[in-house]
Amino acid sequence: MLKKIIFFNLLFSTFIIQISKSAESEGMPQLNPEFWISQIFWLIISFGILFIVLSKFILPKIRNNIELRKSEILDNIETAEKKKTEAENTLKNYDELIRKSKNEAKNYFNDARKKIIEDIEKKKQALDKEINIEIKKAEAEVAELVNKAPEKIQKIAIETSSDLIRQLIGEEVNNSSISAIVDDLYKKNKGKYYGN
Amino acid sequence: MAANPMTQFEVYRIGPEIKINQIDISFTNASLFMIISALSILLIFNLGSSKKNIIPTKIQLLAELSYSFISKMISDTAGNKGKPYFNLIFSLFMFVLFCNMFGMLPYSFTVTSHIIVTFFLAALIFIGVTVIGFIKHGFGYLKLFVPSGVPLVLLPLIVVIEIISYLSRPISLSVRLFANMMAGHTMMKVFGSFVISLGIVGGWLPLSFSVALTGLEILVAFLQAYVFAILTCIYLNDALNLHH
Repeated sequence: MLKKIIFFNLLFSTFIIQISKSAESEGMPQLNPEFWISQIFWLIISFGILFIVLSKFILPKIRNNIELRKSEILDNIETAEKKKTEAENTLKNYDELIRKSKNEAKNYFNDARKKIIEDIEKKKQALDKEINIEIKKAEAEVAELVNKAPEKIQKIAIETSSDLIRQLIGEEVNNSSISAIVDDLYKKNKGKYYGN
Repeated sequence: MAANPMTQFEVYRIGPEIKINQIDISFTNASLFMIISALSILLIFNLGSSKKNIIPTKIQLLAELSYSFISKMISDTAGNKGKPYFNLIFSLFMFVLFCNMFGMLPYSFTVTSHIIVTFFLAALIFIGVTVIGFIKHGFGYLKLFVPSGVPLVLLPLIVVIEIISYLSRPISLSVRLFANMMAGHTMMKVFGSFVISLGIVGGWLPLSFSVALTGLEILVAFLQAYVFAILTCIYLNDALNLHH
């Protein structure tokens, strides 16, 4: 405790001594007019040189630099925007081209398909016609055969029966009576053979 | 044993005595630091303006930022009409700032801690602003002392007050800068001498104060230069755009 008090006493006493010492001296050197004129003279010289050199040489250069940078940045932004729109246009053109060519390809494909289908259809129709003709021909032939068959059969039947009879009896039989019998039989059995 | 805190403000002759017609204009330590400040400003800004890079170098950035700082300050306070006075205000701000900052170096001399220097600068501004005002507005500039919207009874009193406040501008401008510089540097000197007189045992407390004061003083050095410049702008604004 005592040490602390002594320490603070010491501190304060030095402070007071300091202040009294500074009060004792002559006061502010600022109020001594001995060098006032000299200070003003050198102030005019140094500040004058500073002002003239700054305003004539240095500040215009800085102003130019700043303007230059601003204009260059603006130019760059402008060109960048131009390039951007150009790129967008190119992309649009490209997309258009792709779309067109896709459509074209689709059209080609569709055309080709249509053609092929038509071709197939035509050929099929032609073939169908031919087949129909053939079928009709065949049918006609078959019908002819069918129509002619009974006559021939009757003839054959008449001949065979007359032959049989001749060999059995050894006597010539009247062909007309045989044919009458065959006709009769044929009429009876017609439905049986051809009635399908 | 401790040095007088005011000795740092003493002006002494460097080199021979120069006299023209019995007027002493000898080169002194104050002159030396004025020249040093001016030359360093020129050096820094010359380096900062000589290159034309699109992406600025550090020193170029410093120069261009100070340029736009002052430019913005002028356009904010005095508007577009203040543009022609840019060079002067830029030089003033830089000169005061560099003088203040060089004063922060140990064993250096603070030019702006002398009332004669700051008063000369302030008087220059005051006279310049008044001349500009009279050139721009003729005798209409005297309307500055007659604010509009004041009751007629109070008008004589207000006019007297306005005139006094106008005339005290150079004094307030110069004393503000000078007193700030002198007080700060005196305080630093006093605390510095405490460190020595209290020695290794008790010197730590004033030393820490001294460190804190150094930071404060650097702030004050900048701030006072800024205040000096911005008040110049405001006075210029009064002269250019008569608001009253």
